[in-house]
Amino acid sequence: MTLRKYLVLAGVTICGATGDSLLSRGMKDVGSISLSQIPQIILAILNPWVALGILFLLCFFAAYMTALSWADLTYVLPATSLGYVVLALIAKFLLHENVTPARWLGILLISAGVGLVAGGPEITHRALPSEPENCMAGSVASKGGPCD
Amino acid sequence: MRLIYAWGAIAAIVLASTTGDVLLSLAMKQVGDVGDLWRDHGLLTVIGRVVRNPNFLLGVLAMTVAFYSLLFGLSWGDVSLVAPASASLTFVANAVAAKFFLHERVDRRRWMAALLVAGGVALLAA
Repeated sequence: MTLRKYLVLAGVTICGATGDSLLSRGMKDVGSISLSQIPQIILAILNPWVALGILFLLCFFAAYMTALSWADLTYVLPATSLGYVVLALIAKFLLHENVTPARWLGILLISAGVGLVAGGPEITHRALPSEPENCMAGSVASKGGPCD
Repeated sequence: MRLIYAWGAIAAIVLASTTGDVLLSLAMKQVGDVGDLWRDHGLLTVIGRVVRNPNFLLGVLAMTVAFYSLLFGLSWGDVSLVAPASASLTFVANAVAAKFFLHERVDRRRWMAALLVAGGVALLAA
């Protein structure tokens, strides 16, 4: 994993969380829309918050696709979930919302899960079984490997 | 009855978004490392290869189905049930699907992580 790849994963997390919160902020202005009022959903993108949110979600999608081009799905997905943690922290420290103990426990569980995956290899190598283990390439055995 | 509809929508969301994630992941593995491609052939080549990949298009279609299932689910059930239940079940379903369809090495570390993240997401949104 190079610095560039960690930056792409950070982009997945931050753009996803920022996009979602901007959409949520914008849709509060737009108000609730029932499914029979489809044109209003299309007009919702004229709201600057929603438009900016969509822009961030496009960046999220580009970063997500980039990450999937060199990492396993089961490696990238926990990184997307880290966005929920970022959202809760924004809610607590920027918006001064109340974060309940159950939510702090949720943050702890997600962080532990992400930490577990990040400690392992990012991609499954379909190398020949006779090939020697190479820590740099990330082809590490699941447990008791020489690189743990 | 609405609860049954809500869980039906949750099942549809989990199925569609897992299908979508698997197809998108498959597509990007076929495209290859985007960073290398961009450096060697330019951004247009990257975009061209991605959008002409059939798995990418099917993946986006599946994600669209998942999005509309979420909208329907939200109209039948509470957001506090539908959003966390579908998000956390999708993490577990993705770990299973990645093992069987993408042949990823989902070791004990990744199983644990999928379960921890699923539990954490359920708690956050509860």
